[in-house]
Amino acid sequence: MAGAGGGGCPAGNDFQWCFSQVKGAVDEDVAEADIISTVEFNYSGDLLATGDKGGRVVIFQREQENKIRPHSRGEYNVYSTFQSHEPEFDYLKSLEIEEKINKIRWLPQQNAAHFLLSTNDDLRINLWHLEITDRSFNIVDIKPANMEELTEVITAAEFHPHQCNVLVYSSSKGTIRLCDMRSSALCDRHSKFFEEPEDPSSRSFFSEIISSISDVKFSHSGRYMMTRDYLSVKVWDLNMESRPVETHQVHEYLRSKLCSLYENDCIFDKFECCWNGSDSAVMTGSYNNFFRMFDRSTRRDVTLEASRESSKPRASLKPRKVCAGGKRKKDEISVDSLDFNKKILHTAWHPVDNVIAVAATNNLYIFQDKAN
Amino acid sequence: MSAEVPEATSVKEQKEMEDKVTSPEKAEEAKLKASYPHLGQKPGGSDFLRKRLQKGQKYFDSGNYNMAKAKMKNKQLPTATPDKTKVTGDHIPTPQDLPQRKPSLLLASLLAD
Repeated sequence: MAGAGGGGCPAGNDFQWCFSQVKGAVDEDVAEADIISTVEFNYSGDLLATGDKGGRVVIFQREQENKIRPHSRGEYNVYSTFQSHEPEFDYLKSLEIEEKINKIRWLPQQNAAHFLLSTNDDLRINLWHLEITDRSFNIVDIKPANMEELTEVITAAEFHPHQCNVLVYSSSKGTIRLCDMRSSALCDRHSKFFEEPEDPSSRSFFSEIISSISDVKFSHSGRYMMTRDYLSVKVWDLNMESRPVETHQVHEYLRSKLCSLYENDCIFDKFECCWNGSDSAVMTGSYNNFFRMFDRSTRRDVTLEASRESSKPRASLKPRKVCAGGKRKKDEISVDSLDFNKKILHTAWHPVDNVIAVAATNNLYIFQDKAN
Repeated sequence: MSAEVPEATSVKEQKEMEDKVTSPEKAEEAKLKASYPHLGQKPGGSDFLRKRLQKGQKYFDSGNYNMAKAKMKNKQLPTATPDKTKVTGDHIPTPQDLPQRKPSLLLASLLAD
């Protein structure tokens, strides 16, 4: 799939990212239901789906070569929209079941129709047969007999891209477990356990919270996985459990703001991360509508912004810089000026081309490389 | 003898000061502890996990509510304080405290016409 054929995708950093499109209302007053909660390209990249807190799914389709409107080639336009989930109420447990779309996963195309699976887990992972809707297999169950003994929860899970029996799940304590469904029906015992050793002298009240993994993604090659915790992105080699092979700092300047971030709950924000098609670059979001890209080979990184101001067609995105302290240079923004309400939690990278989709609250931005 | 004690204290203080300088995280921890002195001292289960699993749900029990009202008579019912250490605690949610159930968008659009 990705990276196949001559040279594959160039690294994210060597190219000029330009504004392509933005979807969503311009209104300053954002309705909670319109907040985008997930973004996902399908296997070919011709379809792009978003889900929102209101339980709706919107699917965009990429325009093909068009002689009448040559500039519209490569543009994503609405293909279909539907209400996927409705709010429900569990009267027995006095629990409201949110209609928010947590994740969208595209299924490999079987016939002319495209199918997608939209889904919601904390203590259990269940495996569903697509034609059997009233029962499922429980593969992982970490619920203790006494809830007072609960020390960690499952935060993210993913199947291996090539080995369908292998899955990983991350925890709120910063650990990742790899399970093989062939070895046992109930995967409470992991095959591999990934954890970075911690320096006990640097431990603080915040250590556990900021180590909580908000997202885990396998590389397209299936050889690596990437995890996102509050301040960094880590790349792990599946053959090495002792520590990550790479650590990329997303916004280290927030370390001296943890007290306020705890008080305003931002410390619990769940950022996602994604790989580019050739696994040579990774991307994740931050605050102030900033998002970051890391080139794994050159070790260079860039901060870009999704904003209406830089939304002119084919306008190049200017790299941003946050001033952590000391004298602020002309185009830099100080940490205290960052808007913590403008969070980019969800991003997606086209499986082959240098096209990215960035969800900024209720707006979806699409950026392309100038060479496209 | 007594001269040794003040020295030992100042070494500890010095280490704490050094920690704050070298570790911004520890400085932030000190700030938080100053505002919430009882944080992290609750036994049994992590506050964060409970907060995460609960997602701010308040369980309204009309029986509890009416009994509390009867007991309190004219006094006000204890209401929720924005206290980060309380999970459920003793406060009885009043109908006004509870988050409104979100109406379905579809239903809302059908009813609008």
